[in-house]
Amino acid sequence: MATQHSRSAARMMMAPAVVLLLGWMLVPLIMTLYFSFKKYLPLRGGDLGWIGFDNYVRFVSSSAFWPSVSATLIIVGGVLTITVVLGVLLALMLDQPIWGQGIVRILVIAPFFVMPTVSALVWKNMFMDPVNGLFAHLWKFFGAEPIAWLTEVPLSSIVMIVSWQWLPFATLILLTAIQSLDSEQIEAAEMDGAPIIKRFWFIVLPHLGRAITVVVLIQTIFLLSVFAEIFVTTQGAFGTKTLSYLIYQRVLESQNVGLGSAGGVYAIILANIVAIFLMRMVGKNLDA
Amino acid sequence: MARQVTSKRKALNTVLAWGIGLLIFFPILWTILTSFKTEAQAINDPPIFLFFDWTLENYQVVQERSNYGRFLWNSVIIAGGSTLLGTAIAIPAAWSMAFVPSKRTKDILLWMLSTKMLPAVGVLYPIYLLFIRMGILDTRVGLVVVIMLINLPIIIWMLYTYFKEIPGEILEAARMDGASLKEEVLYVLTPMAVPGIASTILLNIILAWNEAFWTLNLTAAKAAPLTSFIASYSSPEGLFYAKLSAASTMAIAPILILGWFSQKQLVRGLTFGAVK
Amino acid sequence: MGRITLEKVTKSFGNVEVIPPLDLTIEEGEFTVFVGPSGCGKSTLLRLIAGLEDVSSGAISIDDQNATELPPAKRGLAMVFQSYALYPHMSVRKNIAFPLKMIKMDQAEIDRRVEGAASVLNLTDYLDRRPGQLSGGQRQRVAIGRAIVREPSAFLFDEPLSNLDAALRVGMRLEISELHERLKTTMIYVTHDQVEAMTMADKIVVLRAGHIEQVGSPLELYHRPRNKFVAGFIGSPTMNLIEGAEAAKYGAATIGIRPEHIDISETETKWKGVVGVSEHLGSDTFLHVHETGLTEMMTVRVTGDVNLKHGDTVHLSPREDLIHKFDAQGLRVD
Repeated sequence: MATQHSRSAARMMMAPAVVLLLGWMLVPLIMTLYFSFKKYLPLRGGDLGWIGFDNYVRFVSSSAFWPSVSATLIIVGGVLTITVVLGVLLALMLDQPIWGQGIVRILVIAPFFVMPTVSALVWKNMFMDPVNGLFAHLWKFFGAEPIAWLTEVPLSSIVMIVSWQWLPFATLILLTAIQSLDSEQIEAAEMDGAPIIKRFWFIVLPHLGRAITVVVLIQTIFLLSVFAEIFVTTQGAFGTKTLSYLIYQRVLESQNVGLGSAGGVYAIILANIVAIFLMRMVGKNLDA
Repeated sequence: MARQVTSKRKALNTVLAWGIGLLIFFPILWTILTSFKTEAQAINDPPIFLFFDWTLENYQVVQERSNYGRFLWNSVIIAGGSTLLGTAIAIPAAWSMAFVPSKRTKDILLWMLSTKMLPAVGVLYPIYLLFIRMGILDTRVGLVVVIMLINLPIIIWMLYTYFKEIPGEILEAARMDGASLKEEVLYVLTPMAVPGIASTILLNIILAWNEAFWTLNLTAAKAAPLTSFIASYSSPEGLFYAKLSAASTMAIAPILILGWFSQKQLVRGLTFGAVK
Repeated sequence: MGRITLEKVTKSFGNVEVIPPLDLTIEEGEFTVFVGPSGCGKSTLLRLIAGLEDVSSGAISIDDQNATELPPAKRGLAMVFQSYALYPHMSVRKNIAFPLKMIKMDQAEIDRRVEGAASVLNLTDYLDRRPGQLSGGQRQRVAIGRAIVREPSAFLFDEPLSNLDAALRVGMRLEISELHERLKTTMIYVTHDQVEAMTMADKIVVLRAGHIEQVGSPLELYHRPRNKFVAGFIGSPTMNLIEGAEAAKYGAATIGIRPEHIDISETETKWKGVVGVSEHLGSDTFLHVHETGLTEMMTVRVTGDVNLKHGDTVHLSPREDLIHKFDAQGLRVD
């Protein structure tokens, strides 16, 4: 609702953002699609012509493909489970009246602000190192044999590092959601004689449903492209090669651009499937 | 819940919450502590928690040896530049969508968001190639542009949700009161939107500062920011805990402080307004 | 100053025509109320006059000047919004001064006018507060103050009282009426509340789906509603509308009788029914009468001391000369 004059002014003011994002989306996307149908090896002959769907077939039939899918699923699934479960518990805890709530909140949120390369490096060296890491000391203290975390249980280690980074995000969002719960609802349930466990199960948890979905969707999008944590810790060795890391290696390390691009198209499709669900939720909120 | 709780229960909750809070914060605390130890103390067995000889030597060494200042400066330019450029482009766009919505506004907003979800690795090579062709590989300009583009949807969204809360009637009142478009934006909209714009800028500086895919892949020696500087410590010869800790502390300190200021706005920014 | 004429004005949003061709003249100094159910286009019409929306076709003139293409600021009108639309970051003084600042008025004159408006509106003690620190009624007065300092040729009010509680609303209603008496400036007032319309207006414009159903003084509308819609909309409680055989006796498709125009008696009369809920207001009582065989429920206004209980049988006699008759199209027949 506005006048013609303000509508045309509005279109002008929106144009730069729209044009830039359109270019940012379309140009690389079309190039990736283009390369994905070519045999293209920049260091070994360059453009060797069109090969149809060969790259797509080769990408999924390579021996590295299925392990990378399973590594991706383990990382995404593991981190999601840990962050959502612990996030709900932490949010419930932070919602209780305590002394120094503000400071505790800050302590819990802090990991989110640590750049991924730093957290990966700190965990790798100062905690998970089998000789000098803090965990090794702890294990020895209890008389156990220290574990070489990143070689013996590499996937779990990465899940742990990434969970530590994303737990604050889940906690913060779930806490916001809990705080928006109408206390009269809880009191009504209390009047109806619901014990605390049931109050949590039938009132708090359903109220959190939406926030949990948002956490899961947003984290999934970021987790599908976890990069720095793997780059810094294992470089994709010991079965920690995720789908995106595999694509990265195909493109930049082995310089097989065609093959990598086909992988990229798979990754784009995968991310879009998740994105559609997220957009639905965000879109619904937009109407309200 | 504004209900009274017995102080015994509150004390119990407090102890539990502080314990867990400190546990989560511990890796950061440990890094900061280690940065003040000597290398020998840093790997002492058993680990020393507080009673060591505090020293600033590591900070000096990191400064001198690896030219920390240049990486820091790159980070500042890339995070600050991309945020300011993005905000300058986003303010008019968010203004139009919030105050002159059309039937397509919602679709445009969702589409913008969808560009944010494009997996970076899927378009890595094209961007890499374009950067080489345009001669902006390993330059700050190139990174400012890329990081501005990946964060632009978030900036627009955050500003949009803030602007949306300013009632359109107030702007119409200004129009009725004889304000021109310029006066309306200058005297009415901007003063009302300052808190929102400020927290948008803050959050985006944080995101840009910590971005670690494009900064690792599109820079080498010249334009590398702190993310790459830290990654260079992952090679075994750089393995000195105290120095690693000092470098890490310097890399995260500025953003940790900014982050604490912006924590209230975080939720909304990171969920595109889906959770408030 | 302040004669506003709308000529064949239409407004469409996309394919939806919210205002079909509409003609209306608002005379100088008149207090005109646009009233109608929500979505009837009354606010849109006001915004068209204000210039906040473009007309799709037709012309608007203010004091015989064509204002159709003029931006809001150039029309010399002032508007009071439903949400008050005060500038939250400015003090009350700056809020009121804002329109004067925009025309670059001399500061001394601004101060004089702001002080003047503040004393008229009892805001002198609050001039240095922010809107956020004021009560609803005070905010409303600031919004009015901001409108009057400009000495506009007409005031536009968009449901200004709907955010106030009932008691304040009555008070502000009187204040606005008094303001009009004093300033004698044209005022256009939009509301969905027919009580506001009846009590304040010189002229009421009843709107439905963008159409003007009737224009007239409050009493004209009350006594001679032009159609069934106006009959049902004006008056509280609403007119009883009766269709079917009973209406046919009067040679009409529908007849209407206001609750205050029905008498009750102990003895057999024209109509009969069973008392349901009685709403006691003290001075009056509204009886809900069921099982009349005429309508689902009939409202009858009786004096406060009538003592009828739930389930009592009651005899009703309408005052024949005050029965309204409507034809099959819903139009009044005399």
